[in-house]
Amino acid sequence: MTDILMPALSPTMEEGTLAKWFVKAGDTVRSGDVIAEIETDKATMEVEAVDEGVIEAILIPEGSEEVKVNTPIARLVGQAPVVPAPAPPPVPVVAPEPVNLAPAPSILVAIRPELPADVKMVKITVRDALRDAMAEEMRRDDAVFLMGEEVAQYQGAYKVSRDLLQEFGDRRVIDTPITEHGFAGLGVGAAMAGLKPIIEFMTFNFAMQAIDHIINSAAKTLYMSGGQIRCSVVFRGPNGAAARVGAQHSQDYSAWYAQIPGLKVIAPYDAADAKGLLKAAIRDPNPVVFLEHEMLYGTEFEIPADVDWVVPIGKAKVRRVGKDVTITAHSRMVGLALKAADDLAAQGIDAEVIDLRTLRPLDHETIVESVKKTNRLVTAEEGWGPMGVGAEVVARVLEHAFDYLDAPPTRVCQEDVPMPYAANLELLSLPSVEKIVLAAKAVCYR
Amino acid sequence: MARSPAVSASKTKKAPVGATATKDELLGYYRDMLMIRRFEERAGQLYGMGLIGGFCHLYIGQEAIAVGVQAIKKAGDQVITGYRDHGHMLACGMDPREVMAELTGRAGGSSKGKGGSMHMFSTTADFYGGHGIVGAQVSLGTGLALANKYKANGNVCFAYFGDGAANQGQVYESFNMAELWSLPVVYVIENNQYAMGTSIERSSAETHLYKRGASFLIPGEEVDGMDVVAVRDAAGRAAEHARSGKGPYILEMKTYRYRGHSMSDPAKYRTREEVDQVRKTRDPIDHLQELLEKNGWADDAALKAIDADVKRIVADAAEFARTSPEPDPSELYTDVYLEAAQ
Repeated sequence: MTDILMPALSPTMEEGTLAKWFVKAGDTVRSGDVIAEIETDKATMEVEAVDEGVIEAILIPEGSEEVKVNTPIARLVGQAPVVPAPAPPPVPVVAPEPVNLAPAPSILVAIRPELPADVKMVKITVRDALRDAMAEEMRRDDAVFLMGEEVAQYQGAYKVSRDLLQEFGDRRVIDTPITEHGFAGLGVGAAMAGLKPIIEFMTFNFAMQAIDHIINSAAKTLYMSGGQIRCSVVFRGPNGAAARVGAQHSQDYSAWYAQIPGLKVIAPYDAADAKGLLKAAIRDPNPVVFLEHEMLYGTEFEIPADVDWVVPIGKAKVRRVGKDVTITAHSRMVGLALKAADDLAAQGIDAEVIDLRTLRPLDHETIVESVKKTNRLVTAEEGWGPMGVGAEVVARVLEHAFDYLDAPPTRVCQEDVPMPYAANLELLSLPSVEKIVLAAKAVCYR
Repeated sequence: MARSPAVSASKTKKAPVGATATKDELLGYYRDMLMIRRFEERAGQLYGMGLIGGFCHLYIGQEAIAVGVQAIKKAGDQVITGYRDHGHMLACGMDPREVMAELTGRAGGSSKGKGGSMHMFSTTADFYGGHGIVGAQVSLGTGLALANKYKANGNVCFAYFGDGAANQGQVYESFNMAELWSLPVVYVIENNQYAMGTSIERSSAETHLYKRGASFLIPGEEVDGMDVVAVRDAAGRAAEHARSGKGPYILEMKTYRYRGHSMSDPAKYRTREEVDQVRKTRDPIDHLQELLEKNGWADDAALKAIDADVKRIVADAAEFARTSPEPDPSELYTDVYLEAAQ
């Protein structure tokens, strides 16, 4: 007797909908038979039988939502397999999630004074917030268009461009060949001619093929032309470590792009910032690198509804007010920092968490003001430490608040190794809540 | 999607002598080509005097190409090229003063002295650079063509590149998308036989570069790039193809550069005799002069007047470039970002 388990369809999938059964109790199945259809927010996939036998029972009826990965969904009996083999789960088990990525439970300070008091808030995933931002800006301005791999017919490799093709057609939602260097160059050229392209990279790892156009063509041409050639373009896509995808698909490029004059670099955490900052990026007349995080796409946050929600570029946000230590973070690390702050609170340390949101220009005033109050600094980032975002934050604090520091600042970052594949090593290499807690305690001499 | 049924990569015969150009047209080309040559000679001189820094790539020998293509350009058609760009800028109608002053890094330069020889632009002349990364202009130019199609403005982009750039990967990524999406772009390959110091035979498995679009179904032609009328007529055919919605077109212009790759080129990779032979037998300006004579159009007084006028303009440009002030230090931090509209 073998249990058929709910498979993971991607490295980050945690649950899904069991959309359809193609077999019923009593049916004989052979290896490779399609037995069910599974949906996630990203994709619909068919599940094939691995083992042979007779379906004894369907354990999870079709239409069931939020079925966790590895939940038994059917039971198979009888008929010995042709090739005796250990019965592995259909797809490798996903890595244990190192942290709780649930919506931030921490204190949200008064961050939106500009919103009317009665504004309606709705819950939305980061994925849909990004989608809505693009859709709203495309409705607003015909010069805005989206180009990239699988953005149109496939609806986005991560479903960020869902329904855009249907609404805007193939003139404005353009599927490209797998040709990053080329289509990044085409996008920059189109921007030079006055259009406002959104160039989606399936992940920023692949943008390495295109980095010449991002830096040499997009970032520098305004300067080299003495202000004549504009280049309003957004390069966007997931950045940083996903889960169990190894060294070439897990890298945080924040520091790489944030070093380049002529670029603006944004790395949002929650849905409201993802939407508001992407809208600002699309409207911005400069080239913008917009770093998303795959692990946050499916996370829900509250966001103001029914307003033209634009968040200004270049402003950090105090996500949690505290008096004992300042923790800076961006993108997914904000969630870890907030969780760490909760843990620290339980230990009597009151941490202030600053979400950098924009890395270039970096809002060091907000950080410096915070450190002047807390006198202690921990930086958290997913990238490597040397020459990194944390290094820059520390340098700015030393320049502007040296006399206020009561302890040497500490950086929490990815260990100085390529991303390992093995689940335990991957976990060890990444920044974690525990590492942030330890760093904060260390700078507080606790 | 409808496609042209076959690859029509083919050689074209030289245009019949004077058959398709009028006297005024030929005299105009003569003036424009001579302007480029005299300008470049003067730029070489200023470089030798230390007034121009860094790299300086001269266009001498290739003048017929930029001038011939310019002759069939329509208003709004864009030009983009690599770093050997002075000739294209002059052909596009940029003021020789602002081009020369950019070479000397002065405030009066087209980029206020912040771009230099390889990075010059003019939105008013529809000249989009001036790009220092070999091959980058091919993707960028294809993007300009994408914008033309998006805006349905009827314009064509002329994207120039050399035999060296023709081996860059992004050229083929761009070819693929240009044909796939029928973009109005004419790829003008200026094959001057040498990618820096490496001859085409030493760098290219297929040396007939007009065939390089074959696997993308892009038609190509080999053209005598030393014959301005042949260039013009081929460019006209190519532009018509692109403008009518049939997609990209490749023109391989067979040409030759007389000077080194840049000013600091010791030119050990070719013989003095080879260069002299081309100068004597294939010079594009001499060729045009012969054409004028054969047609009885070589009005001595008119040619002398052109020579004198060109000399005067180039001397004036050099003087301007020498005396224009260096950019104000306050320009250091301008043009890094544009202000976002509120």
